[in-house]
Amino acid sequence: MNWTDLDNWIVITGIFSALSCAILGNFMVLRRLSMMGDAISHAVLPGLAAAFLLSGSRDSITMFAGAAVVGILTAIFTDIIHRLGKVEESASMGVVFTTLFALGLIMIVKGADAVDLDPGCVLYGAIELVPLDTKTVFGIPVPRAVIALATVLIINLLFVIIFYKELKISSFDPDLATTVGANALWMHFMLMTLVAITTVASFESVGSILVIAMLIVPAATAYLITEQLRTMIIVSLLIAELSAILGHCGALTLPRLWGFSDTSTAGMIAVASGAIFFLTLFLSPKHGIVFKSIKRFWTFLKISREDILGLLYRLSELKFPNDVRFDSNLFSKVTGSGAFMYHAAILSLKLERKVIAEKNDYKLTNLGKKSAASLIRSHRLWESYLYKYLNIPIDHLHFSAERFEHVTDAKMQEQLSLGTESPTQDPHGKNIPE
Amino acid sequence: MNGIHNVEDVNKIPVLVHDLTVAYHHKPVLWDVDFEVEEGQIVGIIGPNGAGKSTLIKAILELVSKTSGRVLIYGEPYRKQRSLVGYVPQRESVDWDFPVNALDVVLMGLYGKIGWCRPVTKNYKDLAMVAMERVGMADYAKRQISQLSGGQQQRIFLARALVQDAKIYFMDEPFVGVDAATEKAIVTILHDLKSKGKTVLIVHHTLQTVKQYFDSLIMLNMRIVATGLTSEVFTQKNLHKTYGGRLTLLEEAVQAYTREGRIDE
Repeated sequence: MNWTDLDNWIVITGIFSALSCAILGNFMVLRRLSMMGDAISHAVLPGLAAAFLLSGSRDSITMFAGAAVVGILTAIFTDIIHRLGKVEESASMGVVFTTLFALGLIMIVKGADAVDLDPGCVLYGAIELVPLDTKTVFGIPVPRAVIALATVLIINLLFVIIFYKELKISSFDPDLATTVGANALWMHFMLMTLVAITTVASFESVGSILVIAMLIVPAATAYLITEQLRTMIIVSLLIAELSAILGHCGALTLPRLWGFSDTSTAGMIAVASGAIFFLTLFLSPKHGIVFKSIKRFWTFLKISREDILGLLYRLSELKFPNDVRFDSNLFSKVTGSGAFMYHAAILSLKLERKVIAEKNDYKLTNLGKKSAASLIRSHRLWESYLYKYLNIPIDHLHFSAERFEHVTDAKMQEQLSLGTESPTQDPHGKNIPE
Repeated sequence: MNGIHNVEDVNKIPVLVHDLTVAYHHKPVLWDVDFEVEEGQIVGIIGPNGAGKSTLIKAILELVSKTSGRVLIYGEPYRKQRSLVGYVPQRESVDWDFPVNALDVVLMGLYGKIGWCRPVTKNYKDLAMVAMERVGMADYAKRQISQLSGGQQQRIFLARALVQDAKIYFMDEPFVGVDAATEKAIVTILHDLKSKGKTVLIVHHTLQTVKQYFDSLIMLNMRIVATGLTSEVFTQKNLHKTYGGRLTLLEEAVQAYTREGRIDE
């Protein structure tokens, strides 16, 4: 990897843009307005084009003004169409932003042909070109885009810090917000304006499509693993920063592994944030798929182990000689679990020396007998209890007891015994082990 | 109940609604609603689904716009009297997966008092804790709200209204989907509020408990069917008028009106 000054600026641009987007993204995600981000980021295009055509310059302030106006118009139009046309909100968004976006494209192609506002740039951005257009600040040449993004980042940070309370209440409960005087509608439009401005600032570097990834993905990821708004915002900012850095590094290194040249940094930033999202989805301790599966496996293993202990115990109770053989078929028939659980459970029981293999059969060790006896005791006490208190018919007792026995500890066992006056036999007439 | 008042009288009436009409998409939801509420009473708003009970509250609180009519809170428009009014929305109206804890939600009731852009200080947190204590939720202050049961969520909403220390409370179906303990807790709080001279208006739909809970009633089915003391208006005849019989002529008129409205567009 050949890192230069240009790379520094590219990464800084990426980080600033990712941070400005992510901080607002939290509220878009929480207000279920993710699609509104999409709509605004596309709809600002005619605003940009109009500002450019009217003023003839690509001066940032004019562009921002144009974008902000159209951004607010998008929110207003969407609302009006939603109300008057009686169409769903997402449908009215679809109508508004595609129309405006198309209008913007036509304006650019027709009117601004001569200059460097080209449609491709609008879609994907040109973050690699950012360091070439600089302005000197305190004697240092700083890319114009970085100045613009830094300004927007500061504005967004201040907005969220100053109006934190109002943003929180109007996102959670807009009706209450309005009744305590924090006008939810105003907060909505302020947020939409800033989203429009942020989008424009990020346009040049990441384009109108990838900016949505920056708005929504870090916040959506943070939402998966946090329980407090403050932590959610901080985590989303960390993720945004990380994706920007990983994105640029990835753009420089990954394609070369397969013999291609560098790829688009903006694209890789979006890919990186997507990857972080999916990793989180799989690994998060609370909702993560991996942890959930592991937990499920442990529960199944515990139940299967106990089923085997119970089965072996019951077989050993049979007095007359019989040809019932304990194997995975019998296990499947009794428990409904497959051969995999059987082998896993047998292996773990063998490791704990609760069962031993004998010829082609398994036998309980003394230790195993003790665990099994306690389990059977729970089972049969439950049968007695359910029979006595709930009047469950005698042939229905087994399955309920079968479920409860796995969650019965010593204390519950004692209470069951007390409640049923310490019986020695269950309702089927089988002995209850001590 | 709709006599002419002089100014002094009007200033003593917690809620006065005059000729209120609300329409969604040209379809009236509330028509010519007139009523007033006496101070220190627990008032039930009852009526069938779609009768406009929630809309009535929202129109009073200016959350939906009025087509016509006037609402006075202690003689002044709602806008000027905001701090006197507390609101408990329907529990389903918010997203309970939102990343805040119970204490945060209760604190939201104080945001109006704290004022724009000011931070939440310890004083306010103490106030919120007192309210949580009152509804028996102090131990759950740091719980994320999605981990609370339906009844606990309702108590949090109630605590949020209590911290507002309002004179009039509007509650939208607070008894829906709560456990017996919460129902009892809510009733205790209501009596407490009443003994302090507060006025409470409650949208309610379980008729069995009406006599037990409410001093007076607003029986609503798009228009007012009856208002007054529960002992006087909670009669078979009024119930039939509110719930049964279905006011066929009026409905026909509404449909005709709606069709006309569409043609106008």
